[in-house]
Amino acid sequence: MTDLLSPVLTRNWGHDRSWTLDSYRSDGGYEGLRKALTMTPEEVVTEVKDAQLRGRGGAGFPTGTKWSFVPQDNPNPKYLVVNGDESEPGTCKDIPLLMASPHTLVEGIIISAYAIHCHTAFVYIRGEVVHPIRRMQRAVEEAYEAGLLGENILGSGYDLDIVVHAGAGAYICGEETALLNSLEGKRGQPRLRPPFPAVAGLYASPTVVNNVESIASVPSILRNGKDWYAGMGTEKSKGFTIYSLSGHVANPGQFEAPLGITMRQLIDLAGGIRSGHELKFFTPGGSSTPILTAEHLDVVMDFESLAAVGTMLGTKAMQIFDETVSVVRTTLRWVEFYKHESCGKCTPCREGTWWLVQLLTKLEAGQGQEGDIEKLLSICDDITGKSFCTLAEGAVACVTSAVKHFRDEFEIGYHTPAWEHLPYEKSALFAVAPQGAAA
Amino acid sequence: MTATVPAPQDNLITLSVDDVQVSVPKGTLVIRAAEQAGIAIPRFCDHPLLDPVGACRQCMVEVPDAGNGRGFPKPQASCTLEAANGMQVKTQATSQMATDSQRQILELLLINHPLDCPICDKGGECPLQNQAMADGQGESRFDGIKRTYPKPIPLSSEILLDRERCVLCARCTRFSEQISGDTSLHLLERGAVQQVGIYPDQPYDSYFSGNVVQICPVGALTNASYRFSARPFDLVSTTTTCENCAAGCQLRVDQRHGDVRRRYAGNDPEVNEEWNCDLGRFGFVSNRGDDRITRPLVRRDGQLAVASWPEALEAAAEGLKKAAGKVGVLTGGRLTTETAYAYSRFARAVLGTDSVDFRSRATSAEETAFLAAHVAGARFGETVTYADLETAKKVVLVGFEPEDESPLVFLRLRKAVRKKGLVVAAIAPYLSRGSAKLSANLVPTVPGNEARILTAASPQFDHDTVILAGERLAESPGALTALVDIAATTGARWAWIPRRPGEIGALQAGLLPGLLPGGRPFGDQAARQQVSAAWGSELPADPGYEVADYAAAAERGDLAALLISGAEAGDMPDPTAFLDALAHPFVVSLENRLSDIAAAADVVLPVSPLEEIAGSFLDWEHRVRPVAPVAAPSRAPMTEIRVLSALATELGADLGFGDNLGARASLDALGPWSGARPDGPRQEPGSATATLTLASWRELIDDSRHSDGEEALAGTARPVVARVSPATARQQGLTDSPRVEVAGDRGSLDLPLVIDSTMADGVVWVPRRSRLGGIASIGGGEIRLTAQAASPASASPAPTTAPSPEQSVPEVAEAAETAVITDDSSNTSAEAPASPASPHPADSPSGWIPDHDTKAGDQS
Repeated sequence: MTDLLSPVLTRNWGHDRSWTLDSYRSDGGYEGLRKALTMTPEEVVTEVKDAQLRGRGGAGFPTGTKWSFVPQDNPNPKYLVVNGDESEPGTCKDIPLLMASPHTLVEGIIISAYAIHCHTAFVYIRGEVVHPIRRMQRAVEEAYEAGLLGENILGSGYDLDIVVHAGAGAYICGEETALLNSLEGKRGQPRLRPPFPAVAGLYASPTVVNNVESIASVPSILRNGKDWYAGMGTEKSKGFTIYSLSGHVANPGQFEAPLGITMRQLIDLAGGIRSGHELKFFTPGGSSTPILTAEHLDVVMDFESLAAVGTMLGTKAMQIFDETVSVVRTTLRWVEFYKHESCGKCTPCREGTWWLVQLLTKLEAGQGQEGDIEKLLSICDDITGKSFCTLAEGAVACVTSAVKHFRDEFEIGYHTPAWEHLPYEKSALFAVAPQGAAA
Repeated sequence: MTATVPAPQDNLITLSVDDVQVSVPKGTLVIRAAEQAGIAIPRFCDHPLLDPVGACRQCMVEVPDAGNGRGFPKPQASCTLEAANGMQVKTQATSQMATDSQRQILELLLINHPLDCPICDKGGECPLQNQAMADGQGESRFDGIKRTYPKPIPLSSEILLDRERCVLCARCTRFSEQISGDTSLHLLERGAVQQVGIYPDQPYDSYFSGNVVQICPVGALTNASYRFSARPFDLVSTTTTCENCAAGCQLRVDQRHGDVRRRYAGNDPEVNEEWNCDLGRFGFVSNRGDDRITRPLVRRDGQLAVASWPEALEAAAEGLKKAAGKVGVLTGGRLTTETAYAYSRFARAVLGTDSVDFRSRATSAEETAFLAAHVAGARFGETVTYADLETAKKVVLVGFEPEDESPLVFLRLRKAVRKKGLVVAAIAPYLSRGSAKLSANLVPTVPGNEARILTAASPQFDHDTVILAGERLAESPGALTALVDIAATTGARWAWIPRRPGEIGALQAGLLPGLLPGGRPFGDQAARQQVSAAWGSELPADPGYEVADYAAAAERGDLAALLISGAEAGDMPDPTAFLDALAHPFVVSLENRLSDIAAAADVVLPVSPLEEIAGSFLDWEHRVRPVAPVAAPSRAPMTEIRVLSALATELGADLGFGDNLGARASLDALGPWSGARPDGPRQEPGSATATLTLASWRELIDDSRHSDGEEALAGTARPVVARVSPATARQQGLTDSPRVEVAGDRGSLDLPLVIDSTMADGVVWVPRRSRLGGIASIGGGEIRLTAQAASPASASPAPTTAPSPEQSVPEVAEAAETAVITDDSSNTSAEAPASPASPHPADSPSGWIPDHDTKAGDQS
């Protein structure tokens, strides 16, 4: 069973004081950097391109290709911005990585920055996660002390500074242009594109924005070679990745495996569904990816296979729900999140999530009326394809997929509260008072 | 339609919108291209003068072909999508996708919109209402709970916000940030509770705040004075020109039952675009007070008493006849060109005097010569225009604060700074808020030294430089001489921008001693013959007095009568002396409100206010700006031209016309002067030598009688303060003082003190006029500063540093202090150190007109 795992990023997480430079170095840390510094930046870009590393932030865009978009004839400085604003419900991979092995990211940043001729890199970390921010800050300090950052890194003549920036707690700042606004001290709202960040990003200069996990994967590619990396995974989705499993499994947590593993194998790795229960539905890649059900257990977890069944690999974050869970309640909780996190810039997202929450609240309370499901879907259609960025698409996806797979449960909302149909205390892993009991 | 797509030509691209082919310049947004094809796509956030934002999503269209053979699967926001060659766009007229998308967005916009329409000021002219009626669903599917807020909340004393009505299009915040440069209006919070707002203790502070009311696509922003006072469909609109300054803004004046209810900025792309300032928008109620004169007044037994028109005209004529040519004529700078011309002809042809002047302000003989030689007679197109400000590479402000003294010039400069990389330099006593918003490089200047500083900087001027000179240069000896000389040697262009709307027109009309209409020199025989022949009368033989000499001439008896219109003693450099001098001559006042001068007159003839007459102004560009009567003339007063005509008849002469059209025809018949111009000014540069020099200008919103009665507007005036530099404060022992008493030979003024690090040393700045007093109450002579304790009456402590919007001020000052050019004109600015703290480092390199250092070397 465990031979399905391919620990690369997570390999050292169990080591003694794994977050320190000494620990990281004792395990071959910064060897990838040494190798990269013997190559030209263009060779590094080619290496990552050939390894076919795809972005781990959700969209799966080829990382090396993104780097090659940076116009090197632009006189402005080039910036690398690492997106550590991990806030998607269910997604929990970057923050554990920052906690356990921040040097993996530091090394990845130095190599990636070198590849794109960047001399100032930023790490934008979600503001609520104070502990990982401190670990990252300390790792950067250690790297400066060891001559891995600053001027003339390892005698190569290459200079790089890293700025660790704590966000103020907004999901939308995970959207790359909103992140850049926030980093510049402006409101965290997405920008118009074009111009794309690669041309005019941070401070109107060429900027690459990459996810933490994407950048953290780079050192291993340099250390072990593109062929080693491309040897893992499926035809179009190469390499390994961190899957985060949460919810009704025996052992929730992070599991690192090649792309192409199936959901059934992942649930087995997590010890199966909690004892005495069975799978009802799950998200393949965080709450903004359309949900799947038990019939999809053998779908291969890669970008293409999930797209084929109408969902997305996203951030490989599986929230797993057993038969005790109300889909209506879960959907409402997700949409409440999106309503709270909508930046307010565009009408469909701002007003649409406001309306969806009100309708779903009625359905959860059993006060729905005939036609409310059609109205729900119609509002989703109002929103779909019209919003400024993709936040609203995520908010809609969980609703439409939930209705698609569990329409009958929404119909029950016409007459019976969800907490009577599926008592909430049954899905909890600890004792709770039933909804409405206190009121 | 055919499948062939024409090749791009001359930077034009061709696309089809609803199968209509349209060619537009590259970079045009689809929503604009559709307008070119005559197709209006609904929109809320889009505004042609603001940067695109794509927030409301109302303008969705279908794009089956983006010009590359591939279409967009999703609907596209046409306000952010650039048109491409061969692109096909389908709007609501031809596409179900576009129709559905727009309907869906409208539905979402309405779920949280209150049903305020019956009581909302915008009802009847509301884009949201119109579109909901035209394209919306008749009934709402939303049966939930609407978002509510307390309403309205004041953003300033003038601007009120109903957050419930707001559709969050961000037009107001973008206007504030992008157009006027005021940073106190923001979007706050996020998601469904995102809202427009201000910081708790910082009101929306802007001279242009009324524009946000006008561009708000719903009734979320209203202004205090208009709120609930009319329905748009009851208003009658008149297009005219604003009378508050020389910017020449087109106005749309809306009246009901003859009462003006509001004034909106007109849309004149070449002049004010679609903007105006708050003074022009809100400052119009001044003629509605109980001091309006509607019947003639004649002084009897020392008292002004109501008289009939024949009686008053006879009394006026008798007094003027007695003076026998020793008459002085003074008009303020606010008359239409036609009315000014009537005075010019009345003075020369009827009264036989050349003592005519329009300058109820500080003047100089140098200025008189400058105006006659270089400003009068110039035609539009020969002078600098708004468009030139956008194409200039460098603009120098001297004796001129555009945000206060010509706000639309300021907006155009700011646009050029923001969009075209214009570099602005300000020769001024301190970096004003307006200059800071222009990212101007300041040359801290003691008033009086302008001529030397201009000369020292002139090696950096060239054909791409425009110098904007204000009327205050009359107070700086040699400055106007230097301006003309420098322009001739460097190729720089210049414009003289007066504050008042009628000054350029008055010059055209010859309302200056030594100057006949059309720019004709009084001393030129050919010019005299032309005028004399046209008027059919002899001209006075001798040149007349300037306004600065009126008081003394009146006391000596050399001016035995004064005919004064539209002027206030309070505007004269020494109001008291002017009023005292009125005791000697016979005074006829033509006025529509009781002024200090009218109160001292022997005969007062009521005349129509501007709102009731037709005519035209010439703006600072010398562009003709039509004035249209807004309301039907009230019966009792007559227009000034008609009064002058009647007075002429009473004096046994003929003015030649009795109305606006007649005056215009007479002026046009004379035409412009094509002969030699008189000599320009010759004046040695001045030099400020006093320990302390007073600096001052009129702020846009002060105690001007034009804004009387508009309390909400008065509340948006800037704080009345005195300013000194840190060094001067130390020297004068003011460092810790919240207030200062500024004293001169006429009196003193006690004001809150601001220690401004951009300020030139040895200078104290006070507003020229304010509700707390002005420089007239200080006077001249030796200026003394005395520290004052906080006034018990003042509720809030005085500011001790420059206000916060001027964040960049201390840094700029640091650079500027090293570049101070005060008494030593040998310190040329070419040697001035770089200014590292320029607010836009990328746009404004070192030096005060940066790019120019090398060329300066070449020329010198």
